Amino acid sequence: MTFYVAIRNLQLGLKDILSHKTRSLLTTLGVVFGVGSVIAMLAVGEGASQQALEEIRKVGSRNILIIAQKSVDEESVARRYVRMSVYGLKYEDEERIRALTPAIRRIVPVRLMRRDGVLGSRRMELRVVGTTPEWFELVPRRILAGRVLQAGDLAEYARVCVLTEVGARRLLATEHVIGETIQIGPQFFEVVGVVESGAGGRAVAVPDEEVDAYVPLTTQLHVFGEINARVSAGSRDIEKVELHEILVEVAREEWVEPTAAAIETMLQYFHPKKDYKMSVPLALLRQAEQTKRTFNVVLGSIAGISLVVGGIGIMNIMLASVTERTKEIGIRRAIGARRSQIVMQFLIETMVLSGVGGLIGILAGLAIPALITRTTGMPTVVPLYSLVLSFGISVSVGLIFGLYPAIRAARLDPIEALRHE
Amino acid sequence: MAPVMIRLENVTKVYRLGAEDVHALRGVDLEVGSGEFVALMGPSGSGKSTLMNLIGCLDRPTSGRYWLDGQNVETMDDDNLSMYRLKHLGFVFQSFNLIPQLTVLENIELPMFYRGVPAAESRERAAALARRVGLGGRLKHRPSELSGGQCQLVAIARALANDPPVILADEPTGNLDSRTGEQIMQILEELHRDGRTIVLVTHEPDIARYAKRRIYLRDGRIEREEHAA
Ligand SMILES: Nc1ncnc2c1ncn2[C@@H]1O[C@H](COP(=O)(O)OP(=O)(O)OP(=O)(O)O)[C@@H](O)[C@H]1O
Ligand SMILES: [Mg+2]
Repeated sequence: MTFYVAIRNLQLGLKDILSHKTRSLLTTLGVVFGVGSVIAMLAVGEGASQQALEEIRKVGSRNILIIAQKSVDEESVARRYVRMSVYGLKYEDEERIRALTPAIRRIVPVRLMRRDGVLGSRRMELRVVGTTPEWFELVPRRILAGRVLQAGDLAEYARVCVLTEVGARRLLATEHVIGETIQIGPQFFEVVGVVESGAGGRAVAVPDEEVDAYVPLTTQLHVFGEINARVSAGSRDIEKVELHEILVEVAREEWVEPTAAAIETMLQYFHPKKDYKMSVPLALLRQAEQTKRTFNVVLGSIAGISLVVGGIGIMNIMLASVTERTKEIGIRRAIGARRSQIVMQFLIETMVLSGVGGLIGILAGLAIPALITRTTGMPTVVPLYSLVLSFGISVSVGLIFGLYPAIRAARLDPIEALRHE
Repeated sequence: MAPVMIRLENVTKVYRLGAEDVHALRGVDLEVGSGEFVALMGPSGSGKSTLMNLIGCLDRPTSGRYWLDGQNVETMDDDNLSMYRLKHLGFVFQSFNLIPQLTVLENIELPMFYRGVPAAESRERAAALARRVGLGGRLKHRPSELSGGQCQLVAIARALANDPPVILADEPTGNLDSRTGEQIMQILEELHRDGRTIVLVTHEPDIARYAKRRIYLRDGRIEREEHAA
């Protein structure tokens, strides 16, 4: 019976709301804005953090990147027109890191240089990555054609290269790339495979770039030597770097941070000039989560304030409605409605009101992120829980702020209420 | 004599207006038997409406005792009084007191709604009551689309919704012309013949004629009684 009464009250509540469409809409505006802005902001936050997560996932949460960089001191060693910089990671560093802890599963040395790739009349700058086959395990990308580098390539100093999809398409402009020979710098390399291109991260440094050519580390050293020369603006930059990057994969996620700390300590000893930097995606992930948590607290406060404001708006209109409907309340009481039934009627009415506000807010909250994504390209994700949560909260706002007007209505003296005009 | 439906013993009602006390009822003793048709008469301010409100369980006496259908009412809590109004009493007011945003059908259904009668059953009964008072074709209309007399017919149908043994009518014809008033009174007379107890407040002797027993109030006391032959 009570269920039936609730349903009837719901119908009557909806009826009353529909008979005052404009007023009801204005009343719920606070809740609409509250719910809408919360969902929209949560969607933006969630989108950003999922993007960061995605990028971190691409780098690998168990990986540590050690990247060579020119130290500040090194920069000043300039001799008239020729600058010779010697910096970066050493082959020995690779051995030292390998020996450091059994927590390390893989370790990949990387040498980088920029050279033009040429095929017939086509020419484009490539990032030539000299590395070992393990690169492709640490930076897993889909193999689109052919194969990746193999241990044999290194042993034989094979003149082979693996291109990324974008590079392959731009340089070769054909489907059949495997077996083609391209010129990199003064040398010729056979294309043995094509892998998916890395997107290039915004939040995190990703090891691969869009246009990479992977060659065996041994071949690269043999062909191009250890000294890298580049002519720019009349002066020659010469640098001697053994390894540009060392990628480390740790066996378990919980060992990543201690291992990173151990490597850092060790490198500090051997590289007092600090000509390297370390990037730990997992630490960035933690940081991203922390930022998100702070963001959510701020959002929660804004949401709370706007919903309280919305609730007060609803309470205000319901108090007016009680006064306006004093006579009706008197009639209902005279007929035999109990106080609790009057309370129910008004409570359900406010909950319907705030619930409808919540639904409109949800629509707005779905539309705004979609619009943001359309216009700015910023990724947004509306989490389901945010819809359920905000609808629940808006109905609760109706319940809480409707209670006082409803009790006021039920407390009216039936005779006086009947006499009210 | 039939069993007693309404019994008042030395009932008083005092309204406190600031420092001044208004003695609306100054000790009323009254017994109304089950199935009686009683008219309350008397000059304005004599306490007729006050007495009706007490009988109707809308208010409590300042002192004295009141039994309705054998139950002592003046000590009941609010929920129980509501329950008595719902099941034992039907009100017909001078100003109709219909709920303007509800249709004729919904207004008649209201008492059944509060009693928890299932929707289908209550709709059917409400429609039957509307037909009984001659408004079967007006179910979807709102009170604002009806004449005063039709509104009062709806109010009577509503008073009958839960089939109460007692009908209380406070000047039911006060806002109607004499012809429409007659029509209302004929329906009340019918209800009386059904065996319901009817208490009617009126100023008009023509209307009071329908009652077998007429009670005259003056200054909050019963002055005299008349019985029809
Ligand atoms: N709520 C109230 N507060 C104060 N005084 C009241 C109240 N209700 C009624 N009275 C007073 O009680 C007395 C009786 O009023 P009541 O309404 O019962 O008269 P009545 O016989 O119904 O008059 P009428 O024929 O004009 O309707 C009047 O003096 C009135 O002023
Ligand atoms: Mg009166």
